[in-house]
Amino acid sequence: MAKTKTRDRMNNEINAGSMADIAFLLLIFFLVTTTIAEDKGILVKLPPWSDEEPDITRLKERNVFSVLVNAQNQLLVREEPARIGELRERAKEFIMNPTKRPDLAEGPRNAIISLKNDRGTDYDTYLAVYNELKGAYDDLWDELSQRRYGQPYSEEMPFAQRKAIRDEIPMVLSEAEPTNFGEEQ
Amino acid sequence: MSKFSKKRGKASPAISTASLPDIIFMLLFFFMMVTVLRDSDLKLQVNTPEATQLTKLDEKSLVNYIYIGRPTQQYQSVYGTSPRIQLGDKISTVDDIPLFLEQHKVKLPEAKRSRITSSLRVDGEVTMGIVQDVKTKLRKSNQLKINYSAGKRTGNLD
Repeated sequence: MAKTKTRDRMNNEINAGSMADIAFLLLIFFLVTTTIAEDKGILVKLPPWSDEEPDITRLKERNVFSVLVNAQNQLLVREEPARIGELRERAKEFIMNPTKRPDLAEGPRNAIISLKNDRGTDYDTYLAVYNELKGAYDDLWDELSQRRYGQPYSEEMPFAQRKAIRDEIPMVLSEAEPTNFGEEQ
Repeated sequence: MSKFSKKRGKASPAISTASLPDIIFMLLFFFMMVTVLRDSDLKLQVNTPEATQLTKLDEKSLVNYIYIGRPTQQYQSVYGTSPRIQLGDKISTVDDIPLFLEQHKVKLPEAKRSRITSSLRVDGEVTMGIVQDVKTKLRKSNQLKINYSAGKRTGNLD
C-alpha cells in the first residue's frame, strides 16, 4: 500500500515555483556585474592636416586671446600669468566685449582663442584649460539661446536654431604646434 | 441573486505565479544583452581627468578607443614605465594607429564612416608630448572627430 502512495506522488508535475528564485539569482548577478558603460568626454574636431603652419600674424592683436601653458603647468594669458579658475570669465569677457574695450575682440565673430602648450605639460592641466575655454563658449551659447528661444542651448534644439546661435558666436579655438622645452615623462 | 452567490461560492484563487519566471527571465535576458564584459583588458593604468563640458558618445560601434598611460605594475618589466599607447588589446606605437583605424573602419557600413569618433582615454598624469604625437597621427589619417574621455566633475576649480 505504501508503494502505491509514492508512485502517486511521482505523478505530480515538477514544482516550478523555485524557477523564479533561480532566475532571480541570475538576474541579481547580472545586475551587479553590469556597468552600463557610458563614455563621456570633451568632443573636439581637429583641423585637417596641412604642412604649412597657419599664419596668425595677419590677425589684429586685439582679436586674439592667447593662452600658453608651460611645462610647469603655469598659464600665460595674453602675456600675463593667470589661474585656470579665472580663465572662463576672462574668455567670455574677451569674446563678447560688453563694454567695448579697445583691447578685447571686435565682436564674437572676430574672436579667436589660441591655445599653445608644451610637450611637457600635464594632460590634466591641458584638459582643464580646454574645458574652461569650451565652457566659456557653452555658457555664451546658453545665454544667447535663453534670450532668443527661452531655453538653454542643447543638442535637442532644432538644427536651424543651433546653427543661428553658432553663426552668431562661432567657436574658434586654434591650437598651435606645442613647444618643446619641458621634460617629457 | 443566483449570479452573485455563484461567484461568491468559488474560493478566490491565489494569483498564479507561474508566469513570474518568464518575467524574470525577460529581465535577465535584457541585462545579459546590455552587459558588456570588458572587451580589451587594459595593460596601462588610465585615470581619466575630470571635466564639466561633457558630451555623451551614443553609438558605441562608431567609437574606437586609444589608451595612453603608464604600464601597470605587472607589465612594467616588459614595457617599461614611460607612457605607452594601447590599441585594442596590444601595446603599440603611433605608427600602428592608421592600420588600427582602418581595421575599425572596414567593419562599418559606408554611410556611417564619417561619424567615427576616436575616444582618447588618457591618464591625467601623462605629459602632452605623446598625446600630441597621437593627435598629429590622427590628423594625418584624417580621423578628425576625437573625444577626450573624462569623468564628471562636481566640485569647483581652484
